[in-house]
Amino acid sequence: MIQKTVNQKAWWLVTPVLVLVAFNAIIPLMTVVNYSVQETFGDNVFFWEGMRWYERVLHSSRFHEALMRQLMFTGQILVIEVPLGIIVALAMPRRGVWVSVCLVLMALPLLIPWNVVGAMWNIFALPDIGLLGRIINGLGFDYNFTRQPGAAWATVVLMDVWHWTSLVVLLAYAGLRSIPDAFYQAARIDGASAWQVFRYIQLPKMKHVLTIAILLRFMDSFMIYTEPFVLTGGGPGNTTTFLSIDLVKMALGQFDLGPAAAMSLIYFLIVLLISWIFYTLMMRHERQQ
Amino acid sequence: MKRFKWVIPTLYIIFMLLPIYWLLSMSFKTTNEILGTFTLFPKEFTLANYVTIFTDPTWYWGYFNSLTYVGINTVLSVSAALPAAYAFSRYRFLGDKHLFFWLLTNRMAPPAVFALPFFQFYSAMGLFDTHIAVALAHCLFNIPLAVWILEGFMSGVPKELDETAYIDGYSFPRFFVKIFIPSIASGVGVAAFFCFMFSWVELLLAKTLTSVAAKPIAATMTRTASSSGYELGLLAAAGALTIIPGAIVIWFVRNYIAKGFALGRV
Amino acid sequence: MAEIRLDSIRHSYEDRPSSDADYALKHVDLTWNDGGAYALLGPSGCGKSTLLNIISGLLIPTEGDVLFDGRSVFHMAPGERNIAQVFQFPVVYDTMTVYRNLAFPLRNRGMDRGEIDRRVRETARMLGLEDSLDRRAAGLTADNKQKISLARGLVRSDVNVIMFDEPLTVIDPHLKWQLRAQLKKLHQRYSFTMIYVTHDQTEALTFADRIVVMHEGEVVQIGTSEDLFERPQHTFVGHFIGSPGMNLFPCEARDDGAWIDGRRIPLDSPPPVRPKGAVELGVRPEFIRFDNDGVAVEVRNVADIGRYRIVDALLGEHPFKIYCPEDMEIPSADPRVVFDPRHASIYVDGWRAEGDL
Repeated sequence: MIQKTVNQKAWWLVTPVLVLVAFNAIIPLMTVVNYSVQETFGDNVFFWEGMRWYERVLHSSRFHEALMRQLMFTGQILVIEVPLGIIVALAMPRRGVWVSVCLVLMALPLLIPWNVVGAMWNIFALPDIGLLGRIINGLGFDYNFTRQPGAAWATVVLMDVWHWTSLVVLLAYAGLRSIPDAFYQAARIDGASAWQVFRYIQLPKMKHVLTIAILLRFMDSFMIYTEPFVLTGGGPGNTTTFLSIDLVKMALGQFDLGPAAAMSLIYFLIVLLISWIFYTLMMRHERQQ
Repeated sequence: MKRFKWVIPTLYIIFMLLPIYWLLSMSFKTTNEILGTFTLFPKEFTLANYVTIFTDPTWYWGYFNSLTYVGINTVLSVSAALPAAYAFSRYRFLGDKHLFFWLLTNRMAPPAVFALPFFQFYSAMGLFDTHIAVALAHCLFNIPLAVWILEGFMSGVPKELDETAYIDGYSFPRFFVKIFIPSIASGVGVAAFFCFMFSWVELLLAKTLTSVAAKPIAATMTRTASSSGYELGLLAAAGALTIIPGAIVIWFVRNYIAKGFALGRV
Repeated sequence: MAEIRLDSIRHSYEDRPSSDADYALKHVDLTWNDGGAYALLGPSGCGKSTLLNIISGLLIPTEGDVLFDGRSVFHMAPGERNIAQVFQFPVVYDTMTVYRNLAFPLRNRGMDRGEIDRRVRETARMLGLEDSLDRRAAGLTADNKQKISLARGLVRSDVNVIMFDEPLTVIDPHLKWQLRAQLKKLHQRYSFTMIYVTHDQTEALTFADRIVVMHEGEVVQIGTSEDLFERPQHTFVGHFIGSPGMNLFPCEARDDGAWIDGRRIPLDSPPPVRPKGAVELGVRPEFIRFDNDGVAVEVRNVADIGRYRIVDALLGEHPFKIYCPEDMEIPSADPRVVFDPRHASIYVDGWRAEGDL
């Protein structure tokens, strides 16, 4: 670890970052805070409303439903993506020609613009024109994600799994690669089974990267907007309207500035709170090492 | 059991490639074929969709616009992050831990929260519909990430390097550019990669802050889907082309990916 | 405990080895006697770790067989061979307590609880770990973790051989002493067959009764430290053991001795009649002394190391070193040296040649 010297002049080095980020973060946030406690009827005339918008949002069923949907969505994808990512990472060869090829192919979905991901799955899942749609309907199920809430939900979840599991794979694989061979050799000498190797050697060594992966996936899935929006538009009805989609609808669609602003802050605070918990856990783990 | 381990990555990769294959296959079909019959491989292979994109300015400008603001953002984010990461790595100063944490919280901010404020803010500054607006807006998320990554790499370079350079008479700027940055070259690469990636894929802010002049390809595609009905082939071709920059970038960093990004922290 | 025999082992890491150069182990025929303490000494890349892994079963040799007490263990997995291996850095199960670490291999063999408890405690006491049994392995110092690694091997009393692959690499120098002494004591008490791999000749010489020297995939000599010093069978042994290493002179072997640049060096045993290959004369700096009846040399430099001096000299065009103890005088004019004929040998293509070829 580097011994850091105390030097207040270091602030100069941080100035460009500070300017660029603060510029983008503080001023807009101040605007949001501003809107969240005022009412406007246009023409830049504002009336103080206090906490009214917050109360309205917190008590609105629309918000609760969006929040519930979001929590269910995030919960489901975490439960699928993390174990799946670990399983694929475990099954990957540890060295050889195929490693690069496999990783490059797996990483491809991660670099596709999010709207293309949505559009791609739109085409892919259409009932009579899309490959997936045809296959599912061909198997005897009645599948149409544009009209059926259940199908829409499942498709959005499947799309996210397709899109982001590779991130977990890459991170988990990185963690696995850092385990020296000697550990596996000692386990063979000790007569350990594959499950024991996983539980006592691989999993503990992967803990750090897995925490990062779970944190990233939680945060990003909680803020998801583009892919489901392009795929289903939030529908049918409200079925796939997650928090971000709902917020944008309110803010840019209905220009309901007050409630939108209040919701923004509540939303931000929720993400911040849970992320902070994760971050602290992660830092504590790092310090222990 | 061990012999069949390869089945898992194989199935997974097939799963990854299937929608992409479908997209590609659609991009080479005519609209008639798409809506009329269902074929796994284009019966009437056609390049018409691609021709449209390459010849219609509304389309190809979309790509240029996207690449432009992504490029500006990557350069901006990494350049600003370098000195800051150095400060975090080498020095303790008043409020440093809090500053670092605050930076990370911006990565955790839902873009949706910023959609409207940014719209008003950048409009007010007369930057609406410019590349620089999107590039600046993306800094909000990319700079914290770049600082985090670079700081990790910089912590791996011993302070003795800095001290030797000072003894040898280098001024700080010269040391930083000529000696320090080359020593963390791979870190700069990783940071640039992630900045490129997040900026390239982000849509909400890019669409909100632009309308015509700096319209990213993402916006052009959405327009097609809604206004002129379902020109699916064209949409597919446009989408297929957006995969290319990503594929190229992954190809270049494939060794890093194979080695687990060597993030220093990972 | 067992006698371990390696029969005509050859090993290549390549799929289709074409020449000798592709083989990490070119030819190994070795017997490790039951209860012996051996060092496996050689520079990096000479094949020591490969050999170790073949004995433990982590590697299947391309050719040849491995036998424990006369029975082939070629098809037995490492877990079944009852061997213990300690690696360069501590390998412990971080999430388990020290107790569970030691009990792990026993549990996997289905041993009964009470028996496990007895063995674990006994082994822990052997290595001074009995106070840490309930602590989590992750929090201990490096040398304690290495002790855990070692204990995990010793806890199985039916262990055939314990192998150490440069185990003191990550240990602090002042603790290396302790661990080395403990290992030696353990061996004296329990007489396991122990194989200690190292590239450090001091470690080898202090730890082992007999040393196996390896060079480029072959065993070049097995012997006690005296054997290696007094009668090196290969120029590599001469060079690697001892500091400074053995002197080598290209020479011509004739009936009356070795001839270097027109000067005759008398030998103890008759040199080979018609040697094929590069011929060299090897003699250690310790076996050269100044004597007026010897061959003329030139003294280039004298380094004073305290209780002895190292003289850099030239015989004709060939540089060599002489080890001069405190009481040996270095002549200022017309220096002449004599090589002790009992310790001067002819080497053909690196190998020591004696008598007729």
